Amino acid sequence: MKIGLFIPCYIDAFYPKTGIATLELLEKLGQDVDYPMDQTCCGQPMANSGCNKDARETEELFVRNFSKYDVIVAPSGSCVHHIRDNFDAIEQTDAVKHIRQNTYELVEFIHDILKVREFPWAEFPHKVGLHNSCGTLRALRTASMSERNEPFFSKPMDLLSAVKGIEFAKPKRPDECCGFGGTYSVTEEAVSARMGLDKVTDHHNAGAEYIVSADTSCMMHQQGCAERNGVPIKFIHIAEILNGARA
Amino acid sequence: MSNKPVKHAQAAAEFLEDDPHRLFHDERLWDMRQKRDQQMHGMPEWQELRDRASRIKEHTLANLPTYLEQFEENARRNGIHVHWARDGAEHNRIVAEIMGKHDAKSLIKSKSMITDECEMREYLEPRGITVTETDLGERIQQLDHQLPSHVVVPAVQKLTGDVAKIFAKYYGTDPNIKDPHELAEAQREAARPVLLSGDTGMTGGNFIVAETGGFVVCTNEGNADLSSNLPNVHIATLGIERLVPRVEDLGVFVRLLSRSALGSPITQYTTHFRGPRKGGEMHVILVDNGRSDRLAMPQFWSSLKCIRCGACMNTCPVYRRSGGQSYGSVYSGPIGAIIDPTFNAKKFSTLPFASTMNGSCSNVCPVEINIHEQIYDWRRVLAEKHDIPFVKREIMKMAGRLLAQPRLYRVSIEGTEVALKTMPRFVLYNYLNPWGKHRELPHPVKETFNSWYRKNRLKTSTKKEHESA
Ligand code: SF4
Repeated sequence: MKIGLFIPCYIDAFYPKTGIATLELLEKLGQDVDYPMDQTCCGQPMANSGCNKDARETEELFVRNFSKYDVIVAPSGSCVHHIRDNFDAIEQTDAVKHIRQNTYELVEFIHDILKVREFPWAEFPHKVGLHNSCGTLRALRTASMSERNEPFFSKPMDLLSAVKGIEFAKPKRPDECCGFGGTYSVTEEAVSARMGLDKVTDHHNAGAEYIVSADTSCMMHQQGCAERNGVPIKFIHIAEILNGARA
Repeated sequence: MSNKPVKHAQAAAEFLEDDPHRLFHDERLWDMRQKRDQQMHGMPEWQELRDRASRIKEHTLANLPTYLEQFEENARRNGIHVHWARDGAEHNRIVAEIMGKHDAKSLIKSKSMITDECEMREYLEPRGITVTETDLGERIQQLDHQLPSHVVVPAVQKLTGDVAKIFAKYYGTDPNIKDPHELAEAQREAARPVLLSGDTGMTGGNFIVAETGGFVVCTNEGNADLSSNLPNVHIATLGIERLVPRVEDLGVFVRLLSRSALGSPITQYTTHFRGPRKGGEMHVILVDNGRSDRLAMPQFWSSLKCIRCGACMNTCPVYRRSGGQSYGSVYSGPIGAIIDPTFNAKKFSTLPFASTMNGSCSNVCPVEINIHEQIYDWRRVLAEKHDIPFVKREIMKMAGRLLAQPRLYRVSIEGTEVALKTMPRFVLYNYLNPWGKHRELPHPVKETFNSWYRKNRLKTSTKKEHESA
């Protein structure tokens, strides 16, 4: 199985550590991973703004970069949600269908496809608050949501529970959106930032030292809100913890 | 109606400036959401009920003409006068005519969003008819000349102190009343004489039953029963989408409605109307007002399944932090964002963007409307109609071009990093930069993942390729 690694633009530009951890983790798990150098983005920013036509060429480029792989893995729930559920600015050829059916968010890939539950090298002796992005929670369904009458499940929690020394904080509103929402974060910056501050405050009050998430975009926004308001909390991508980061 | 796009972002930002209002609003509605969750957990068949409610509504909407005619026939047989109104104006004319026939001058009404939608008060009052709201929240909004903030709790945006001031102005009560019960009593005192002297009563209706020709009104204050029973003439204004085929369908909807809305098992009053009482007169006005057009919209017709429980508003993190007034319309929150543009796409073009599309709304909705997906679809429709700001359109066009050209993109992204490192703080954080207004920017890094990969991995992977070749 040849994996094409997709590192979304904001991870590439602002959180390369997350990209490196994802790559190293997949390699530790014995995977054959390739990173196509000419990748940029999946088209989500344009599509989510309603400007789907402007996403066409970006989606075409994505297909050129990734159609040769058996699976595509990305450490970002919202991008995977776009590719799987909304990647339709271009003609739905077999190559496009192949990509849409075989793109996975990192946690679900490890949990459902590789079925790995042990990370003997991982140790994270901290109390963490898990943030499931709305894309992973309600679109990819990697965890149960409080809106539904359904038994509890959480794929990220299943993986993190194997990490030595980790403890979980219990925020009051674990499923509430943090307010990032892509371009929403600038078109409605006041509400967006308020939601972000409420989110990090909730985790901080629950005793979390770190917020951990499978989505960097949410954390980029939350970190911005925490720093501006002096909420002492740190952020780390789940890939880094599973790859063995200690802090 | 003015076509100027509603400034939701700005109104919401203003709402957030006042801590007591902001905190109360968020907590009160979140509390309703949590009570709803508790009710849900007490019912193992919750999901089954939602599926069923959705299917019944879809079936009804697919056969709307048949069921409407069935209702009309049965209602007439029950002695109800049935009227059809194509739009708000026609509805208002019909109300004025009925009242004119009886020489009636005072209309007392219980809560109905649809009369707000028809702008009925604005039509009747210049014609010498006084309209009195009997629902406490709706009355507060009426006195304050505001649209309802919420479909179930219309004055939820107001604190006790706000209400005390409004009542002081109109009822002459003490402006410093702190006890909500005292305010409710003040309203009761002021409303009773009006209720007793009102010559026409008006209600909305939560459900219309085709097989019986009757309709059902659910309230918590019992005011609908006063509005309908005290005067001799009862007018019910009903949206045509409120229909269900059979009485037994009510068992599904009544169980879902108040649990979803307030987290209570049932509303205090659930009144079934079948026909006029002895010596009285009952009129039903079936209002279309854009509904049949909406039914023909492939992406948006299912919004007509809505039973106006407000659960999507209570759960919406954006609505809770922006307040109903910021939507500038009768229907606010997630349901407003998808139905308001059907009334006026220009004016309400901003509302589908007042959302993070987090999907909580769709998952609490008792009739399973895919609200957040319709928000996404509206964005597309509006962008294609050019009903989004020019600047945004241009930015997206540029972004689309840039992201399709890997080399150019590389140059610009390595530039971002340099910009973050070298530009003085005040340039990045001025008030024109919306990201930086209430948030820090991400920290600059030494190199992008792409360039790290080039340095650390590319050579080895090309080597691998050569080896395997
Ligand atoms: S859209 Fe659904 S949740 Fe919202 S008010 Fe209507 S029925 Fe209730």
